Amino acid sequence: MAEFSLPKNSKVQQGNDFPYKGKSENKKTFNIYRWSPDDDDNPRIDTYTIDMDDCGPMVLDALIKIKDEIDSSLTFRRSCREGICGSCSMNVDGTNTLACLKSIEDVKGSVNIYPLPHMPVIKDLVPDLTNAYKQLTSIKPWLQTENNPEEGNERHQTPKEREKLDGLWECVLCFSCSTSCPSYWWNGDKYLGPAALLQAYRWIADSRDEAKEERLKDLQDSFKLYRCHTIMNCTKTCPKGLNPAKAIGEIKKLQLET
Amino acid sequence: MAKERPISPHLQVYKPQITSVLSIFHRITGVAMTFGLILLVVWIFTLSLGKEYFEYFSMFIKSWFGLLTLFGFTFALNYHFCNGIRHLFWDAGYGYEIETVQKSGLAVVVVSCSLTILIWYLAL
Repeated sequence: MAEFSLPKNSKVQQGNDFPYKGKSENKKTFNIYRWSPDDDDNPRIDTYTIDMDDCGPMVLDALIKIKDEIDSSLTFRRSCREGICGSCSMNVDGTNTLACLKSIEDVKGSVNIYPLPHMPVIKDLVPDLTNAYKQLTSIKPWLQTENNPEEGNERHQTPKEREKLDGLWECVLCFSCSTSCPSYWWNGDKYLGPAALLQAYRWIADSRDEAKEERLKDLQDSFKLYRCHTIMNCTKTCPKGLNPAKAIGEIKKLQLET
Repeated sequence: MAKERPISPHLQVYKPQITSVLSIFHRITGVAMTFGLILLVVWIFTLSLGKEYFEYFSMFIKSWFGLLTLFGFTFALNYHFCNGIRHLFWDAGYGYEIETVQKSGLAVVVVSCSLTILIWYLAL
């Protein structure tokens, strides 16, 4: 049964305030979710106000500035700072996105930052993605073949066949989509979620793969696939502009054809 | 054993999206329709019980509360019907682009409201 409210240990409290002491015409306030495994406190919201004339344009720039200059204990994942590694996915201003691709200017008023929703928190903005990765592994995200290509040749694909993978291979596995999905919130243990299912379709749609039938059979399950109710929060939130809901729809269609 | 990790906020912080709001309405109207159908069965049942029972039920259904219930039932029916058509398009593989989703969602709201008003205009 879905639990709509947060358990006792997860309720969020008001935390510390770090006002900006200097003079600035261009200030911005960030309310950031904090939780540390090192004490017994509940999660809290810390408030940081910074001078935007001395900060980069993206939410990730602000996080790095806060960590560098105000509070070095602030913890978050980041790497490429250009939307290609998928590390800095988090909930900014009420929707999931990559902090490095989200412009601070797009947020009116103060910026609320939380970890990806409905996930176990390791520390601050770092969620535990173990289950999500396990689910990704379960769809076997690699090329499966029975036959070898002709001697000295690669596995060929026509440009048209290759085109079918556009909009699928670009996924950076940030799990913004899965953690935006209410169905995944309530059934994340059994429902694979949009991120893993988009990957599943990426291999089903690959003309070189020879395990299409087994892949479809593996997904023929009322929870793994059919907990998708076409809510479409996944597509709405994808920071790469991909369409997981459509990929899941294609899998459902193929299930009827085979 | 490490300390139990908190669950990050979800419903509490996720901004209502046109996608999820219309989806939860589909479910709510579905449940509401079930109760509406029970009401319909009760109505037919009172017919079989005799005149007094039927008149008693009519009295209830013509009260402001009864009419409000019926109005809600008609809206639930219309919304679930229109959004159901939207779901059929998705099942057939169409209408997944987010712009289309927004437009079709708006259309469902406008059409189901208009249909409800039209039905009640004709009925009253």
